[in-house]
Amino acid sequence: MTLTYTQVWVLIFGLAALTMLIKALGPVLLGGRELPPWFSRVIVLMAPALLSALVVTSVFASGRSWSVGAHTVGVGVAAVMLWRRCSLVLSAVVAVLVTAGLRAI
Amino acid sequence: MAAGRDEGAREAFLRGLKLGVPFGVVGFFLSASFGVLARQAGFSVAQAIVTAMIVFAGSAQFAALSVITAGGGIAAALTAGSLMNARFLAMGIALAPSLPGGPMKRAAQGQAVVDSSWALANRGDGTFDRWLLFGTTVPQYVTWTLGAVVGAIFGDALGDTHRLGLDAIYPVFFLSLLIAELRDPTSRWVAVCGGLLALALVPVSPPGVPILAASAVTLFGLVRRSR
Repeated sequence: MTLTYTQVWVLIFGLAALTMLIKALGPVLLGGRELPPWFSRVIVLMAPALLSALVVTSVFASGRSWSVGAHTVGVGVAAVMLWRRCSLVLSAVVAVLVTAGLRAI
Repeated sequence: MAAGRDEGAREAFLRGLKLGVPFGVVGFFLSASFGVLARQAGFSVAQAIVTAMIVFAGSAQFAALSVITAGGGIAAALTAGSLMNARFLAMGIALAPSLPGGPMKRAAQGQAVVDSSWALANRGDGTFDRWLLFGTTVPQYVTWTLGAVVGAIFGDALGDTHRLGLDAIYPVFFLSLLIAELRDPTSRWVAVCGGLLALALVPVSPPGVPILAASAVTLFGLVRRSR
């Protein structure tokens, strides 16, 4: 790493401040008033869009390129388990074991 | 509207606490792997723990860390972290009408948003149960902090998080939230389009941007179901 001890602190506090700002922005600017019905229809779809993008980019991409690996298989198995209503904790444990197992081979 | 539905506040908060526990358990391991990686990247034990306590946003922490591990500077790390966080902008806008009080109070309440609490507090009609959201976040904050402590202090004993397969936890965490959303056909359609759009943008934009861009497919809400 090229950062000094002090620079790491600057990074930490900078990231914390920016995160707080980003989380505060929507509630401050748009809070406390009723928004039109079309707004709700868009908002309801926000979760599937954002969550799907998070999953897909963490499973099929690494940095700026598409890539798959042992974790792709592990997460795939967990996906089937979650779909069949297994608990999150159990599914996560199996995903880790499958991934680690494949990497050990 | 939503502010008027606050009678069951205590009950909603307690229900949130319970709902948050499994996410807290998984979050513990995620945060522990952050602690290990942060130490390997040159953070002190205190720095790794303080990061988890005051940033409290996994994807941003991992993104910033991967930039400096690759030799990037502070500005690049802050940019990567903020881009990963950009989705909280969309979540905050969605949540805003459900938060009562003045701007400062609303800003403070907005800090309680994490992905899982936001998704679980979503009533599905455009409003949010804020007490459920606060409750769901509490156990996750506790385990997020504890995880970082364990990872930062005992990281050397844990060894290589990649070899242990701990990187598989992160997608599973989000997958469990996503699957709950897929019952509705419109949501399923939006999830597929959002995922494909994000994947298509991966090679041409910095990490984080594809995720924010995926929120554009929610504009489907304007055309569909508008009868």
